Amino acid sequence: MREVAIDRSAVTAAARAETADVPLLAAEGLSFHAGEKRLIEDVSLMIRPGRRTVIMGANGAGKSLLLRLLHGLIRPSEGTIVWRGGPFDRDARRAQAMVFQRPVMLRRSVLANLRFALKVRGVRGADRLAREREALERARLGDLAHSPSRVLSGGEQQRLAVARALACAPDVLFLDEPTSSLDPASTYAIEKLIMEAHSEGVTIVLVTHDVGQARRLGDDIIFMHGGHVAETGTAARVLDAPRSEAARAWLEGRLFLDPSRQKKV
Amino acid sequence: MDSFWAIFSEALALIVAGDADLIEIIGLSLRITLTAVAIACLIGLPLGAMVGAFRFPGRTVATVILNSLMGLPPVVVGLIVYLALSASGPFGPLSLLYTPTAMVIAQTILVTPIVAALTKQVVEDLHLEYSEQFASLGVGPLDRVSALLWDARYSLLTVALAGFGRAVAEVGAVIIVGGNINHVTRVMTTTIALETSKGNLQLALALGVVLLSIAIVVNAGVMALRASAVRSAYA
Repeated sequence: MREVAIDRSAVTAAARAETADVPLLAAEGLSFHAGEKRLIEDVSLMIRPGRRTVIMGANGAGKSLLLRLLHGLIRPSEGTIVWRGGPFDRDARRAQAMVFQRPVMLRRSVLANLRFALKVRGVRGADRLAREREALERARLGDLAHSPSRVLSGGEQQRLAVARALACAPDVLFLDEPTSSLDPASTYAIEKLIMEAHSEGVTIVLVTHDVGQARRLGDDIIFMHGGHVAETGTAARVLDAPRSEAARAWLEGRLFLDPSRQKKV
Repeated sequence: MDSFWAIFSEALALIVAGDADLIEIIGLSLRITLTAVAIACLIGLPLGAMVGAFRFPGRTVATVILNSLMGLPPVVVGLIVYLALSASGPFGPLSLLYTPTAMVIAQTILVTPIVAALTKQVVEDLHLEYSEQFASLGVGPLDRVSALLWDARYSLLTVALAGFGRAVAEVGAVIIVGGNINHVTRVMTTTIALETSKGNLQLALALGVVLLSIAIVVNAGVMALRASAVRSAYA
């Protein structure tokens, strides 16, 4: 089981080394409109391989929507997404995984939830069994493998959701506020899983409102405001010395309304 | 009132004695109904799941049609099947008219829209919950339908039960295409209608009691199974 994990990390690390200069994911001129409302407008950004990128911003800034666009769950109204310098195709989607704010648990056992994900990703035989065991260990849910997933606590469900996503061996893991409804102990457990995954070579893209979490987990910050990218930079720089008024106001706990952007909505 | 209880007592005596005619009629009724419900589930479950889980042009029209067909008048279905199976109809050479097969066909036509429409609703609700996870994992159409049907299995038991209720109580269509022939196509509902008109109320009432008992037992069984699933958090 351990061998499988080590092999996968090694392969991922090798792939990273080969493509170190190429952004893992790049969005160019990304927009998303719902009727007349421009929810995301002209967003261009790069996700570098092996980095932990945190997307922050006020409620309604478009963070979760941007995450869904980058993961391909929603088609952009305009703009393109480039994966490893090439098209964002089926293979690109299969190299990604996502964890949602509210974990989606199939009406099955813990083990069956893992098995389903691996089965649809085409993982069979001994490899599947090894990954199931590894995921159960990773989530510390081995004793609950045959329990219905929906009776687990919120923290256990989210650990299972993260372990299920990582069992698919993604190059990039998207997380949409995965700890927003969890207690500190469960939050710590999720953050630990994220850091372990990162140490194995998985690129992390995380949406959070929690400044402390952004400091703990983030290498880079993308700060969103009104569907636009207000500011990007290293976590230390953006959180300690924000350059945009939107980021500064949000970090100071002030309400910031940009009149020019409000008119467009 | 005394005569009612007298008839009721005689009806119960028929059931307790295991009257051969009674057993034959009950057996044929269950065979036809269960076959029709099984076929309706084979068609209606995946059909309803596909309409519930996928977005496609004409989906609203398909939903309206499915919902409308839930209220199909049995005698109209009976008449259409009769015309199709009669000697001059397109399926006349198969000689299926006045056979249990014809009754299965009529009941299947009546039950399939019920199963499909109710399945669509159950699956649509579940799919709302699962859709982003499925999209993230890249679940293909077949895996999506089978996963939704499996995870909704306890709710779908109730759907099958609704189909069973419709089929087992049906009289209009089966009397037209079956003809209510003794020892061939005589089922509980058609016998109740015939025996009541003949004044043989004991047999009619005995069959009525059996029909009600079957409905209660099947409902109780499904409810117990569903309650057990809810307790286990699988429903």
